[in-house]
Amino acid sequence: MKKQISIKKNKKKIRITGADAVMRSLAREGVDTIFGYPGGAIMPIYDALMDHSDKTKHILTRHEQGAIHAAQGYARVSGKVGVVLATSGPGATNLITGIADAMIDSTPLVCITGQVTASLLGSDAFQETDVIGISMPVTKWNYQITKSEEIPEIIAQAFYIARSGRPGPVLIDIAKNAQFGELDFEYNKCIKVRSYVPVPKPDPEKIKEAADLINQAKKPFILFGQGVILGEAEDEFRAFVEKSGIPAAWTILGACALPRKHPLNVGMLGMHGNYSTNIKTNECDLLIAVGMRFDDRVTGDLKRYAKQARIIHLEIDRSEVNKNVRVEVAVLGDVKVTLPALTARIKKRSHDSWLREFRDADKIEIKKVITKDLFPTKEGLTMGEVIQILNEKTGGNAIVVTDVGQHQMVTSRYFNFANKRSYVTSGGLGTMGFGLPAAHGAKIAAPEEEVILIVGDGGLQMTIQELGTINQTQAAVKIVLMNNKYLGMVRQWQEMFFEKRYSETYLLNPDFVKVAEGFGIKGRKVLHRPELAAAIQEMLDYKGPYFLEVSIEKEDNVFPMVPTGASVSEVILEPKK
Amino acid sequence: MASGNGINGNGKQTYTISAFSENHIGLLNRITIIFTRRHVNIESLTVSVSAIKGIHKFTIVVNDTREKVEQVVSQIEKLVEVLKAFYHTDDEVIYQEIALFKVPTKALIEGDELEATIRKHNARILEVRPEYTVIEKTGYKEEYLALFDELEKYKVLQFTSSGRVAVTRSSKELFSTYLKEAGEITAVYENN
Repeated sequence: MKKQISIKKNKKKIRITGADAVMRSLAREGVDTIFGYPGGAIMPIYDALMDHSDKTKHILTRHEQGAIHAAQGYARVSGKVGVVLATSGPGATNLITGIADAMIDSTPLVCITGQVTASLLGSDAFQETDVIGISMPVTKWNYQITKSEEIPEIIAQAFYIARSGRPGPVLIDIAKNAQFGELDFEYNKCIKVRSYVPVPKPDPEKIKEAADLINQAKKPFILFGQGVILGEAEDEFRAFVEKSGIPAAWTILGACALPRKHPLNVGMLGMHGNYSTNIKTNECDLLIAVGMRFDDRVTGDLKRYAKQARIIHLEIDRSEVNKNVRVEVAVLGDVKVTLPALTARIKKRSHDSWLREFRDADKIEIKKVITKDLFPTKEGLTMGEVIQILNEKTGGNAIVVTDVGQHQMVTSRYFNFANKRSYVTSGGLGTMGFGLPAAHGAKIAAPEEEVILIVGDGGLQMTIQELGTINQTQAAVKIVLMNNKYLGMVRQWQEMFFEKRYSETYLLNPDFVKVAEGFGIKGRKVLHRPELAAAIQEMLDYKGPYFLEVSIEKEDNVFPMVPTGASVSEVILEPKK
Repeated sequence: MASGNGINGNGKQTYTISAFSENHIGLLNRITIIFTRRHVNIESLTVSVSAIKGIHKFTIVVNDTREKVEQVVSQIEKLVEVLKAFYHTDDEVIYQEIALFKVPTKALIEGDELEATIRKHNARILEVRPEYTVIEKTGYKEEYLALFDELEKYKVLQFTSSGRVAVTRSSKELFSTYLKEAGEITAVYENN
């Protein structure tokens, strides 16, 4: 058996505390920003942080959930690993929602939690909780450190695992004695874990099979997801799309992988996606899924999903293949590698008449839905027209962050994403409260970019305390509150599927502008259409953080819609009369 | 020989899942939650060392559809500390379980019948004490349950059986081949 040996130079080891080792390890991983909240069991690390504050910036949030969502926003925009610090017990459990969100949306995070001293583990000590047990199903990996000497190697593994292959959240729980204790410190980055294969080896035979299918297809259709972005393969993907001439549609997490205005970008898939993309899914002869996982919100009823089509799946995570949809050719590997290999093997083609079918279907949607959303003639303001003005004023050159609900679907549908890594939204978990802290993290990652948060009145109030964090950092996040005084998406379902029984969806809201001003953030409220464009301009021109509340018509519903359990071809364009 | 093919209604079948892993605390929990989440009931579970030093082997028996088992196995293999996971139908593995019976020694002394039963079932006596005798039977579940039925008249004081242990019938050693490529060092660090 061939032995693999890592040859280490005989560097001088230094004797330091575990807490100091944590900070030095983070620095060696290139971490310059940490989001967190101190507490008893993590105090030694916070103490060490002070000695490293010249290199490592710490953002003190108002709640641990705020810290982790901010780290997610930071990671999604920068492509780097987001880092979170929290204490034991409630500090650790407050991270769980964000960890679950990062897990399902494949966001690289390293969360470091403090833990009670090892000798007290299992004794129900003050602020002791089994965060390893609690986080097990929602982490890519987790580990409890009880000895100082373990710190450098485990942190090195944590970063390697979080960022490699299909990224995900890793949690490292460090007992207080390991933070206080000393070790001989030396740091080497992890480059391999024997039991873990981050990227499967591409099979040239499968690439050939896929290319043959593409070259023969008459009505091929590309579906792309966040895998393109995570693989940093936007350019390779674009080259593939352009050479193949195939219409391409996106899942919401894939939205900014191809510019919205690209002639072959035919729109959004799924429940609130475009009419054409849903209909054509069940008319194409070949589906080429690139870095997406056939989520139920994308597929609708699986028994009636693309049954007429042959299916190719380009995917890094072997366990996603054949999980929801049986595929004919699975091209495993990193899309950064497999896409160019595939592009090289396909013929340059165009599919003009097939593409025209999408555009013809679009005409129906434009008439029945889009015009009413973007250019309403009724008195009440719509979310769509707010997004339309943002399009006009930014040209799609902004990083957009959303919360979860109707405003999220409207933003996904209408914002003209022009740039890479310009959309941050909670896709798989649908976490209300994600938006405000994630937007803050996004702005910290990209201070030179315009960062615009689109948020609803329900979700905003789940993490509204993070306005305090934004005031403290003065990160110039532009917050657009779409206030319809309802939990709008639930209200829409109640209207459509629960006989208009509006159970617990009305919100008696505070004066949001006053709340923002109370947190030291400039605010303005828009009630009527004539003020809207000027108010948005004022917001964009403002140098610091800005809070713009727009009063939205409560009956502004999101269409088209593939109702739960329906087939994608049964997408509805308007409510039943 | 395998006892039947294990197929029952609803396309469900008995599968033996083997997972090879690093020896890490908490891994058992990590593996079992994959089953819990998908409502797959574990019929038996054995954790042991494997033929390769430092590598642990989980042998898990389930009764479910091939699709469900495929999914579970790919999720197990996705775990960072798991090197490889396989699933096999009953005819692809050689497997055994072990059962222990504790019966009153009186039954042994008072006649030849119990001794004959033990011989007939290819079981063996592990220990004889004035009060009790411990009998061991290795085989398939049906076999030791058949023995149990016969022992019942002597009043079985205690009965316990193990999970399944299994080796594959295939002459290709899939895991050893895999491990050759994976190497002996559990984690490699860059020297810089």
